[in-house]
Amino acid sequence: MSAATGALLASVHLRGPHVDFAGLSPLIALLGGATLVLLAGLVRSRALRAHGTPMLALISLGAAAGLTIWQWGASKSIVSGALRIDALSLVLNLVLVAAGAGTVLLAWRSAGAREATGELYALLLTSLGGMSLLVAAQNTVALFVGLELLSIPLYVLCATDRSSVRHRREHSIESGLKYLIIGAVGSATLLYGIAMIYGATGATDFSAIAAALSSGSLASDPLTLTGIALCAAGLAFKASVAPFHQWTPDVYEGAPTPVTAFMAVATKVAALGVLLRFFDVALIEAQPSWGPALAALATITIVVGNVGALGQSSMKRMLAYSSVAQAGYMLAGVVVASQLGARATVFYLAAYMFMNMAAFAVVLVRERESDLGDSLQALAGLGRQRPLLAGSMTVSMLALAGIPATVGFAGKFYLIDAAVSGGYTWLGVVIVVGSMISLGYYLPVVAQMWMRAPAAAAARTEGLPALAGGSSELADAGPPAQGAEGPPTPEVALVALLAAAGAVFFGVIPQPLFDLVHGVGGALGGLF
Amino acid sequence: MGPLSIMLWAPAASGALGALLSLLAVGRREARAQDKAPDRDAAPGPGASPAARARAVELSVAGVLAALGALVALVLSLGYIADYSPGSHGLSHVTDVVWIGELGIHYKLGIDGLNVFLVGLAALLFAAAVLAANLRRWERPRLFYFNLMLAESAVLGALLAQDLALFVAFFDLMLIPFYFLIGIWGAEPGRVRATIKLVIYTLVGSLLMLAGAVATGVLAAQQGGGHITFVLSSLQAMPLSSGSQDWIFLLFAAAFLVKMPAFPLHGWMPDGYRAMPIEVLMAFSGVLSKVGAYGFLRIVLPLYPHAAAHFQTLMLLIALASIVYGSAVAFTQTDARLIAGYSSVAQLGFITLGIFALDAQGAQGALLQMVNHGLVVAPLLFIVGVLARRAGGSEDVRDMGGIGFRAPLLASIFLIVALATLAMPGSGNFVGEFLILLGVFKAKLAIAIVASAGVVMASVYALRLLIRAMHNRVGARVDSRELTLREGAVLVPFVAVILFMAIYPQLALRRSEASVKVSVAKVAPRPSGAGLSASLRGAEINEPGPSEASQGGVIQGASE
Repeated sequence: MSAATGALLASVHLRGPHVDFAGLSPLIALLGGATLVLLAGLVRSRALRAHGTPMLALISLGAAAGLTIWQWGASKSIVSGALRIDALSLVLNLVLVAAGAGTVLLAWRSAGAREATGELYALLLTSLGGMSLLVAAQNTVALFVGLELLSIPLYVLCATDRSSVRHRREHSIESGLKYLIIGAVGSATLLYGIAMIYGATGATDFSAIAAALSSGSLASDPLTLTGIALCAAGLAFKASVAPFHQWTPDVYEGAPTPVTAFMAVATKVAALGVLLRFFDVALIEAQPSWGPALAALATITIVVGNVGALGQSSMKRMLAYSSVAQAGYMLAGVVVASQLGARATVFYLAAYMFMNMAAFAVVLVRERESDLGDSLQALAGLGRQRPLLAGSMTVSMLALAGIPATVGFAGKFYLIDAAVSGGYTWLGVVIVVGSMISLGYYLPVVAQMWMRAPAAAAARTEGLPALAGGSSELADAGPPAQGAEGPPTPEVALVALLAAAGAVFFGVIPQPLFDLVHGVGGALGGLF
Repeated sequence: MGPLSIMLWAPAASGALGALLSLLAVGRREARAQDKAPDRDAAPGPGASPAARARAVELSVAGVLAALGALVALVLSLGYIADYSPGSHGLSHVTDVVWIGELGIHYKLGIDGLNVFLVGLAALLFAAAVLAANLRRWERPRLFYFNLMLAESAVLGALLAQDLALFVAFFDLMLIPFYFLIGIWGAEPGRVRATIKLVIYTLVGSLLMLAGAVATGVLAAQQGGGHITFVLSSLQAMPLSSGSQDWIFLLFAAAFLVKMPAFPLHGWMPDGYRAMPIEVLMAFSGVLSKVGAYGFLRIVLPLYPHAAAHFQTLMLLIALASIVYGSAVAFTQTDARLIAGYSSVAQLGFITLGIFALDAQGAQGALLQMVNHGLVVAPLLFIVGVLARRAGGSEDVRDMGGIGFRAPLLASIFLIVALATLAMPGSGNFVGEFLILLGVFKAKLAIAIVASAGVVMASVYALRLLIRAMHNRVGARVDSRELTLREGAVLVPFVAVILFMAIYPQLALRRSEASVKVSVAKVAPRPSGAGLSASLRGAEINEPGPSEASQGGVIQGASE
């Protein structure tokens, strides 16, 4: 009997693909967490919903981080070669998870999170899953799936502002819609590019594309080059690289601040991660063609971002343009197509996470506490009232500007080093010139906090709703009293402090961060 | 972490500690004040409210600790000067730890003849600035002293750094505390504008330098075929091609010239000087400008010798323009602070002139002049503050006049400082300018002749300031008072050091001679040692004599 069963089993022998669950485990943790959060959102208890769902989201992020560390040192292809678990994807996973945890803390007491049934966190986790997929993708199909999985939840997240202020709510919906349309155009462009590359090389795997390009004159074939250009444009939409950045300021401004922080940090990490892998692995043979083009894009991005940020009165718009500029800096690491460049880009991405998280956290605190929303005036006199918060913001601004003793300095140094070593000295100079322009908008923020008296509540413009109308969190607390303190926000302040402390710590002792990204260069085979 | 690190970080640590301790002290005092509030109502003590008393505590704790930290640095730096053996040119007391392995950046500090006196100068000026600051009450003293002390550490770091990247880091970092110092405690109107202008001007220069520094490291490694490094001694062993040297030189020159400031790049100076609290300005004007000039000697000449020779004429012309422009504007100004400011432009012009004579004598004169100018400009600025207190708070020389009437001590101290500023024969400044001109006479005769006119112009603006402030008709709101004990405590040490340097400039010259020669050697390979020591002896003999004798010295030196 048992022998017969055994024989039967042997004869059917299901030949399913081998699934390396260990390699997939961080992704499973994120997506499983999203499902659990959705289920937990169905419980009746309001308090449980409000605090249980973010807690659950944090737990699943922690699990994803733990599983990522468990996989540390792995270097393998999983899911029939669609995904690659290596130093690049693991390091970026960690950065993504950290950004996700920061976002959950920022969103904890926001109106959108309290009203909804945990969907905010579920969307967040799903989007993170897409990002995790994206940075591991080594196959154009997986790349596209990852990008869509990243984007679709974000479109919804942008529109989740449930503020009592109507103007603000509409702004949020507008922002989501705008992002959806532009994102769809970007995705379509990318898909078209992928199709063309497939047409030219007959391959979807990155290594197969590279192999096809290395033989013959395919690397300079018009079809391939058009495909590469369309792919670059499609990914540039996500990374907000100029001239595909126009949506960035509007969407960043309209979206709820925690979501903006998430978009600014995590999306950038994912987009640049995939740019690194796609261009430095699949298209490495065509580097002489796309190198100068990407360098030109980087230059345009640095100039447009930095000049655009000058004179912005809304912090979120300013940070949006600043993130455009920062994307330009990081693109320099992709352009040179070297191990050093890859390491520098990933280093800067980690640095960027610290710097931007601190900035957005402080903006969020002021949004909740003052009537001035995210305007620059809301920060006036913060140095006297809340020295620690002002200190965090100061560190963040100085780090973004690249001042020594912050992680931004080491990051910029590394990027310039990579650019000069890769034969793009002029791009290094462009980075420096961009940093100079950036002083013109980072320093006034510092001045506003330490050198100006607090803005009076009366500074609010009469009649018109104040820009990005302020305390959306007081939705169910009735109209806010003039100058009233918002709800206590210890967790947001904690995020600001931790991020700023990280920016200073890794600025003074950058070695651990260098060690972290050390393996990234080697992970991208074929680079020297 | 070697002994140099202690000197380097003592100020910053004391600033942080002071802020922390005073925070605790204030907390306790406030708590006690609340406990005892009823008692005090029954028997009101003399004077202040609890808040005011708490502020007094805060003031003393933060300020005194800062002063202690500055004092520690000063004592250590004097120890290094005493310890430094003349004639040696290698680095001593070296601390060398890998900071960022991937980028080849070391935390390498060291002392040699180039920086030993500048470190002493920086420590002295910051100690004086902290002392002077303690004479006043500051709003938010914790933040103030912390920033001031952080600035001292950053400046000392820039002077001690023996790694290009570390130098750049400290060079950029030293600006940030000043950004806060001016922006928060600066004078209205326009303090925020002035500080943003200052910081952007100087940081633009610094960032250019950052690009230049990275390029130096990377290109040197590519040419040498080794691992990337930024340690200065290793970089010197891997000279760059002359084409790379040229553009990198321009980047560094921009950074240093802005910092000094030199003539076309001085746009931040008037606003910045006007806005800065005078105690901060003492340190800023006395030390930060020197870091720029020092950078030429430490970094530019040894690393980019070809470019330095290539751009010699350009740099000499910039220096000359600074001398002429600075002097000319200095005697049209009526704001005493700006007279000092523009005189600094002129003096820094002299220093640049000496450096780019590309000659051991000129460079040594420049180094001596850096120390001398720092020693002179800080008391001069402090005196401006003293004068303003006696002229109804105005720093305009038109509101002064007759202040010396009942203040003989102040008048004589001011006289000494003013005479040193105009490089009276017999002052250390005279020796410095003499050596500089000697060096330039050998290099470019025409430039030296025009530059000599600058010496004359210096006497015009220095004496004009002295006469209009101390003599003349007594100003409308002038209250001629003698120096107070505290003001004297700041000024007298300076005068003592100025006099000492006038009598015994060999102290600095002997100790710096060997290192300066090494720094200049790559650019000017001709041995000029014999001429140097001979003319030094000449300067020594002629120095106390009348100006005819010194003319003889110039001719004698030039003929050699």
